[in-house]
Amino acid sequence: MSEDRDVVLDVHGLEKHFGGITAVDGASFDVERGTLTGLIGPNGAGKSTTFHLITGIHTPDAGHVTFDGHDITGMEPHQVANEGLVRTFQIARELSEMTVLENLMLAPKGQEGEKLWKAITPGVRSQVVEQEEDVLDRAWDTLEFFEIEHLAEEEAGNLSGGQRKLLELARALMTDPDMMLLDEPFAGVNPTLENRLIDHLHDLREDGYTFLIVEHDMDVIMNNCERVIVMHQGDILADGTPQDIKNDDRVIEAYLGGEV
Amino acid sequence: MTARETLEGIFDNDLKLVVGFMATLWVVYFVLGAVLGYDVNGIANALRGLTFWAAVYALCVLALNLHWGYAGLFNIGVAGFMAVGAYTMAIAVNPVNPTSSGAIPGFGLPLPVGIVIGMIAAAIVGLIAALPALRLRADYLAIVTIGISEIIRLSFKSVTLKEFTVLGKTFGTGGGSGLVIDNNPASFINDFLPAPSGLPVTQSVIEGWIYAIALLGFVALFYWTLARVGNSPFGRVLRAIREDEDAASSLGKNTPRFKVKAFMLGCALMGLAGMLWQASQGFVNPGTFKPELTFYIWIALIIGGAGSNTGSVLGGLLFAGVLFQGPLYVKNVVEKALNISGNPESLIAALQGPIEFLAYTLNNMGAIRFIFTGVVLIWLMQNRPEGLLGHRKEPAAAIPILGTQREQGADAVQADSIPDDAGSSGGDEQ
Repeated sequence: MSEDRDVVLDVHGLEKHFGGITAVDGASFDVERGTLTGLIGPNGAGKSTTFHLITGIHTPDAGHVTFDGHDITGMEPHQVANEGLVRTFQIARELSEMTVLENLMLAPKGQEGEKLWKAITPGVRSQVVEQEEDVLDRAWDTLEFFEIEHLAEEEAGNLSGGQRKLLELARALMTDPDMMLLDEPFAGVNPTLENRLIDHLHDLREDGYTFLIVEHDMDVIMNNCERVIVMHQGDILADGTPQDIKNDDRVIEAYLGGEV
Repeated sequence: MTARETLEGIFDNDLKLVVGFMATLWVVYFVLGAVLGYDVNGIANALRGLTFWAAVYALCVLALNLHWGYAGLFNIGVAGFMAVGAYTMAIAVNPVNPTSSGAIPGFGLPLPVGIVIGMIAAAIVGLIAALPALRLRADYLAIVTIGISEIIRLSFKSVTLKEFTVLGKTFGTGGGSGLVIDNNPASFINDFLPAPSGLPVTQSVIEGWIYAIALLGFVALFYWTLARVGNSPFGRVLRAIREDEDAASSLGKNTPRFKVKAFMLGCALMGLAGMLWQASQGFVNPGTFKPELTFYIWIALIIGGAGSNTGSVLGGLLFAGVLFQGPLYVKNVVEKALNISGNPESLIAALQGPIEFLAYTLNNMGAIRFIFTGVVLIWLMQNRPEGLLGHRKEPAAAIPILGTQREQGADAVQADSIPDDAGSSGGDEQ
């Protein structure tokens, strides 16, 4: 590896125990800025728990997470998101009784109208309204980017599984993050939509966004990620280019259930 | 369902809907009174009572809707927060040296100051209730709120707090016998707007009417405030929290902070409602703030439809006018018209003849009305579980976002989505 690597997310010695079960056992890896990095591993390898630890849903028992030079270990989920590290969920968490547009308008950071007194007080509210125009504008831009503007006024609960995944990605993007953690973004998505989603990810990566993707579909990971990290039994088993990973005997054994 | 659509078409505007409903109630009460021979004063007084009850319920339901309808906060301690408001105001404004014997001294502050202090006190008690509970899930908040509401009521009732002296200042809650409040919102407004004389109704009825109209003004104020809260980024976050708190926090929203703010604002409004309702009668005692009061307000919210401010007002009017006061009014009118004065003591005695049975029924109207309420609730749960206007989705933004499609996106949408905001011009009805 060259020395001018630009690491945006650095995970070091992460551990998490649930009672007697060790879910993550000293995992260390990093993610370079502006890459699509895949995180794979058999079921129970600790991928989702690692995501939860990074994004503050769980607190790690040991280890450190550094994002963009800031120590974010043990931060609350909303603090992590405000650092510019936003996640999506394995099962899409759309706000089903809100419209697609409202889902998107929820996300942007620093909305003045989220302060109660500014929302109510006459006079001050005009600032809120002004900012809402911008937020609405951005929401439409994002919808157009994902080609789902025809769904704008639909309640999110009426969308198909794949559309919900798109919505979640679009909503995460509305927070204006530096990096996104995508937890199985292609699960339950039909191949056509999957290809569209992948194209969008490549476009966004070229715009400078960083992605860490947990995914079970090997082909998607191998064909699209520059770098693949393999987890097994709570630790990092292998870390390298798709080609390295494909030729790694330990990875093959892990997936086939052999002893390492 | 065409009848309903026609109705919705006529009442395409929320204000018309609410005013139309209130006017209908007035007319029904008037006709009932007139047909069955109430005198002018009696009818005027009945309509005053109706307006008062409808307004105070609308106030409470609006405040509760902020908690439950917007933020999904399960508050079943409404009565407690109302009590804090009413009692705090009473203690703040009651005279330092009361003239009547046995009266408990207060701080002698002006009424507007007392009202503000009462609202702040209710908000602080809300904060105390919310801080431990909001970290847990909804059910725990419910348990904490009903517990706090009873603790508050029983504390106000306790002999210990009846009258005590702190740092040379004597005040108290009056214990079980309550507090007289001569300086209250109703007397304040009546001093401000003296009743005109020369009308064919008594002075007290006119004063009551002036206050009832002022209460309608407060309903409008509550509605306006809460509509601004709802139609704002703040309200958007609240709705997101109600639907999926984890999703909201994963987008960088500090959800506990939003919940605490919404809870405190709702509690302050409940406190204000307690002052405008109970304290305005010139007297408060702990018995007024039993948990039933909370449940009545909940019933009204469920009927009106949680999540909709207009539905909340409508639910308040409907519960107060039709289910709560309606049966009592019918009882009074029928008793007077038919000159029934018998009072059969048991169901056996009541079954001796139709007059006895009617008298028995009327005498128990106070209990029977809750059977009606139960039937209405069961019917509603089966046929319209979201309440009258609970299906309504008020856009969660500070600017209109419906129908703002850009030109390139417009063609695709019109085909499959229902343009339910298109009727706002109202030009095609009738």
